[in-house]
Amino acid sequence: MKAFIKKAEFKQFLKDGITIMIGGFLSNGAPERLIDAILETDVKDLTIICNDGGFETSGSGKLIVAGRVKHLIASHIGTNPTVGTLMQEGKMKVTLVPQGTLVEQIRADGAGLGGVLTPTGLSTMVETGKQIIEVKGIRYLLEEPLHADMALIGGAVADQYGNLRYIKSMRNFNPIMATAADIVIVDPREIVDTIDPEQVITSYPLIDYILEVEN
Amino acid sequence: MEDKFTIAKRIALELKNGDLVNLGIGIPTIVADYIDPEKRITLQCENGIIGVGPVSETISDLVNAGGISSTIHPGGSFIDSAVSFGLIRGGHVDVTVLGALEVDEEGSLASWIVPGKRVPGMGGAMDLVTGSKKVIIAMSHTNKGQPKILHKCRLPLTGYRKVGLIVTEMAVIEVKSDGLHLVEVHPAYSIEDVVKATEATLIIDHVNVMKGVES
Repeated sequence: MKAFIKKAEFKQFLKDGITIMIGGFLSNGAPERLIDAILETDVKDLTIICNDGGFETSGSGKLIVAGRVKHLIASHIGTNPTVGTLMQEGKMKVTLVPQGTLVEQIRADGAGLGGVLTPTGLSTMVETGKQIIEVKGIRYLLEEPLHADMALIGGAVADQYGNLRYIKSMRNFNPIMATAADIVIVDPREIVDTIDPEQVITSYPLIDYILEVEN
Repeated sequence: MEDKFTIAKRIALELKNGDLVNLGIGIPTIVADYIDPEKRITLQCENGIIGVGPVSETISDLVNAGGISSTIHPGGSFIDSAVSFGLIRGGHVDVTVLGALEVDEEGSLASWIVPGKRVPGMGGAMDLVTGSKKVIIAMSHTNKGQPKILHKCRLPLTGYRKVGLIVTEMAVIEVKSDGLHLVEVHPAYSIEDVVKATEATLIIDHVNVMKGVES
């Protein structure tokens, strides 16, 4: 971990057109303060990789509603009606990916793998344009790794070293995304002195910056 | 008794002691209310919960796969999305219950997109139907009188040849290699009623009264 930072310092990392992974599942475990900080800038044309399109008032949904997103890569967009509208108007590109494939594409990048072989999506629209590889007589789709310029992590308790544990179901995509981006920034719920080594889920070498928690 | 409760109650009878079960959104969620407390059934949520309990009255950091504040049973655990979908694809989930827009004679299902109209996305459904040992469809028999059980799905598929059992308010239909077997009919309907409301060819050899229905 490099440093604890304030919102203003985080904003300096932002640029038009970058790719950002946003943790959370239907906004549970989403880094809301970092998303709000993006909205305080003029940054646009973002590619967002997130499990879903969030809601219109929370998670990745806030960026979508504000028109900051050029391309959304997600598994589910049904909870945010704006996503469908922007997609139909041709104002935002949406790539839908099965949830288990999406998380494996992210994990593959973070683990240095050239992709994963999954049976999910065979004989559906998902296989269009993808390589099919047979292993031991079983067919799989080759799904390529997904990388981001920045991963924004939420739902966590951080310690002074930058280790993380996650609160309840807020873990979801967060620890996986923390492995697959050039800069990893955490919006913790709470900062404690130390986390028991047996309870650490994301170890500090993976984390670059932690947004300070104001009391 | 309302149709959805009839369906949920019948599906609960399919769950066996020791099963790890994933319940989808909608009618499948209600199945939980009818599980025999004598059976040791564990419910999994794809966002990363093993042993999810009933929804909670208060807003919580723990949400189920529908994004609703929920609880966790003693012995339960939280996992990340990669582990969760590893369990799902890896064949560790015994039963998945989910809704569908269409099911066909080969046991294929469509549930994630109505092109040009509604695109909620597949979420975890493609992985769930691919990896679960048994796939049960919980749905209304028709859509405003239009059959949903078809010769061949017309909408883009969620999974090809994945369904094992279809439970509607009218009937229980088993998917076998030779086609769809009508195995149970609700006492409020005749076999002819079911055949009329079904586009697919039904194999009718031995039909029972739908289990779990008080006459």
